[in-house]
Amino acid sequence: MSTPFYVSPQQAMADRAEYARKGIARGRSLVVLQYADGIVFVGENPSRALHKFSEIYDRIGFAAAGKYNEYENLRIGGVRYADLRGYTYDRDDVTARGLANVYAQTLGTIFSSAAEKPYEVELVVAEVGSAAEGDQIYRLPHDGSIVDEHGSVAVGGNAEQISSFLDQRHRDGMTLAEALKLAVQALSREPGGGEREIPAERLEVAVLDRTRPQQRKFKRIVGRQLTRLLDADAAGTTPTDAPSDIEETDSTTTETDNGTGTAPGSTEE
Amino acid sequence: MEANTRSTGRLPAAFLTPGSSSFMDFLSDQSPEMLPGNRSLPPLQGAIEAPHGTTIVAASFPGGVVLAGDRRATMGNMIAQRDIEKVFPADEYSAVGIAGTAGLAVEMVKLFQLELEHFEKVEGAQLSLEGKANRLSTMIRSNLAMAMQGLAVVPLFAGYDVDREKGRIFSYDVTGGRSEETGYASTGSGSIFARNAMKKLYREDLTEEQALTLVVQALYDAADDDSATGGPDVARRIYPIVTVITDEGFRRLGDQESADIARSILERRLEQPDGPRAALL
Repeated sequence: MSTPFYVSPQQAMADRAEYARKGIARGRSLVVLQYADGIVFVGENPSRALHKFSEIYDRIGFAAAGKYNEYENLRIGGVRYADLRGYTYDRDDVTARGLANVYAQTLGTIFSSAAEKPYEVELVVAEVGSAAEGDQIYRLPHDGSIVDEHGSVAVGGNAEQISSFLDQRHRDGMTLAEALKLAVQALSREPGGGEREIPAERLEVAVLDRTRPQQRKFKRIVGRQLTRLLDADAAGTTPTDAPSDIEETDSTTTETDNGTGTAPGSTEE
Repeated sequence: MEANTRSTGRLPAAFLTPGSSSFMDFLSDQSPEMLPGNRSLPPLQGAIEAPHGTTIVAASFPGGVVLAGDRRATMGNMIAQRDIEKVFPADEYSAVGIAGTAGLAVEMVKLFQLELEHFEKVEGAQLSLEGKANRLSTMIRSNLAMAMQGLAVVPLFAGYDVDREKGRIFSYDVTGGRSEETGYASTGSGSIFARNAMKKLYREDLTEEQALTLVVQALYDAADDDSATGGPDVARRIYPIVTVITDEGFRRLGDQESADIARSILERRLEQPDGPRAALL
């Protein structure tokens, strides 16, 4: 019989965190932004069938980066939790806060239980309010913590670089087309500092739109509607010079971003 | 019962187990006491007094289907409610109208709506119209024990079939037996009168407006001959609930729209109490 090596709890946790982070970093990033009429989810996804974003309940949407089978299980668990709660009480009693809490407990328990492998997922749970002040965005990293986000959030491989890019440029009350354009710009950034083109067919876009007359506010934006929104930006750049100016002045700060942007890259190694 | 999040507060294993896309299946595993079909009644003498919903009518036209219901609920010889709503959207492309024990029927509709929505969210695609009709069949069947004691629920299901591009109507019996109707159908205590009215007025090439008028005419005839069916209540401004489903989805007519149809029919009936006359030969 061999005696197991002693591994300090700190080391064990650090190893597990490292394992989960690496798994998440392999997936493509996605971003969630607030805009004037709600919340928009944008990500690069070559698949039309396997979604990164989905509807949980009337006002609640779900986004996930990382390992598909793990976040899919969590998504279905969330739908079941929300539907059961809404059936037991009332549709208004299903909240993103409650759901985020259950997800955090689930991820946290799995992360710290030695018998289970940590989930390689990072989730975003968002709820659209009746006014912009009521919007809620929660980011749930692999270890069971909850981060209450405002304005914009990015998860997945290149998340830190993308979030700092978004933090500088995102403002409240953007139109959907503006927010979408910003999101695509953010996602196009490569870890090294370069940029690449993401064609519309590879984009997965969904919104929680508070102006929708239906009870269910979640809607996927696909096909012609998506290209129209992306084109609206291109046409819109001439009349609205202000945002394009900001982009140019920010291009210098973007380079300094890359200085901080190397930090996540180095931890990956 | 809420999500069973005892001890650590994490989602129980049952929530994270892949497999069924049905909310009813999940409910029967997780909290079976909440499923309507799992309740049993003690043996009773005679019928139970509970509010009953009455007449529902549906008619299809090229491009869609209309579903409408009167507003009365009765308990024995008493009017239990004057403004009950008995026609509900089931999802974007279908609707369900209910006759029978109102309390059980409303609960059944709530669960049916959730069943369709749950499937759609989990699978990322809608059930076929046949699939929806079959789910409703299962739900009615699970209520059979109650139906035997006088608490029956008999719905009418109508929807727009996106694949076949036409409106379709399904009627049910208390045992969950399902049959597809061509043209028009009705259920509830006034259904015989309503069906006969539609039999004489229905044509296959009705426009949407004509189909809307047809179902309100049929409800008027049902109210004329059946004491449990309510006619248009001009004094209280209570008019039938009229819904239409086309390729654009479900739409419920506004109060004013449905009042206008009911009032124009009422106007004509002041001169011709029995309504429009069909040709003799």
